[in-house]
Amino acid sequence: MNTVIEVLRDQTWSPYAVGAGIGVLSWLTFLFSDSPLGVSTAFTKSAGMIERAIRGPKVEKKLYYQENKLGVDWGWVLVIGVFIGALVSAGISGTFRFDWVPSMWEAAFGANIFTRLAVALAGGICLGFGARWAGGCTSGHGISGTMQLVLGSWLAAACFFISGVATAMFIYRVL
Amino acid sequence: MFTRVHNNKRLQLTLGLLFGFCFGFLLQKGRVCDYEIIMRQLLLQDFTVLKIMLTAMATGMLGVYAMRGLGWVKLHKKAGSLGANIPGPLIFGIGFGMLGYCPGTSVGAVAHGALDALVGVIGILIGAGLYAAVYPKIKGRILAFGDFGGKTLIDVLPVRNPWAVILPLVAVIALLLFALEKAGL
Repeated sequence: MNTVIEVLRDQTWSPYAVGAGIGVLSWLTFLFSDSPLGVSTAFTKSAGMIERAIRGPKVEKKLYYQENKLGVDWGWVLVIGVFIGALVSAGISGTFRFDWVPSMWEAAFGANIFTRLAVALAGGICLGFGARWAGGCTSGHGISGTMQLVLGSWLAAACFFISGVATAMFIYRVL
Repeated sequence: MFTRVHNNKRLQLTLGLLFGFCFGFLLQKGRVCDYEIIMRQLLLQDFTVLKIMLTAMATGMLGVYAMRGLGWVKLHKKAGSLGANIPGPLIFGIGFGMLGYCPGTSVGAVAHGALDALVGVIGILIGAGLYAAVYPKIKGRILAFGDFGGKTLIDVLPVRNPWAVILPLVAVIALLLFALEKAGL
């Protein structure tokens, strides 16, 4: 029992254990929920629901929300679960800490909060826009799609990383 | 299999929350909700992200295709096209490099107190909303370009048995991971 608690409190698990865990988790979501793991659809629904709260029910008329119905579903609560699971994990291993600027960023570009947040916001916008254009993110395409051997998902995953590596190299090596 | 479970909406919401909990717990324990781990992956200095993704991929495909062979599960293949699966991911990658988290890990990062990830989450919501606005303009055009539907590697290779693709692929992934460890990465 003590070893189980120690393992749960560990800050870092082997990437192979985590990867195998996510693989087995995918078996369970296919079997019991008839769904693959994916995160970015929930962002679309949340964005649409926030817009609906501000601008009213006419938002539902948008073609994209006709094809991706707004509302709380399996994929939406999945992301709430991701938050709670990550919170519990960080809590029991003592890694929870409020931080505006990651230390690696600070070492390279200084501690200015607004520079970091401006880049984070612009990056987030590209992520959300690009994920929906791609039809999935690093979870939906990168893990769930590739494991089903879907061509489009392999192509998408390759492009995520090619572009991500180029951008990171530009930010840290050139700027 | 489990059709009654699939159709039980309330149970599915509980399961979604539970599966999400496990996913978030694992992502945090894998340290892939840390800016530095993701950024060092994109700078090709640390391969934690790739190790987790490749292991998940290999484990997942073995189980999912085995269960499919038994008739227990059906696949959920996203239809793809050159117009969807190249430009979208390239834009995504720019955001990935700027934010230093992807959509799932940004949520996990907020959960360990990273407030830049919270701003990133707001950005992702804005980006997803913007996409809904431009979607009608690109749907019949760019997105339809080079359409290849839900084709898999098995469909385009001269094999009929999925295991003729899966087993060699799992072996290649295992070799790649072994090589990464050998190289000390």
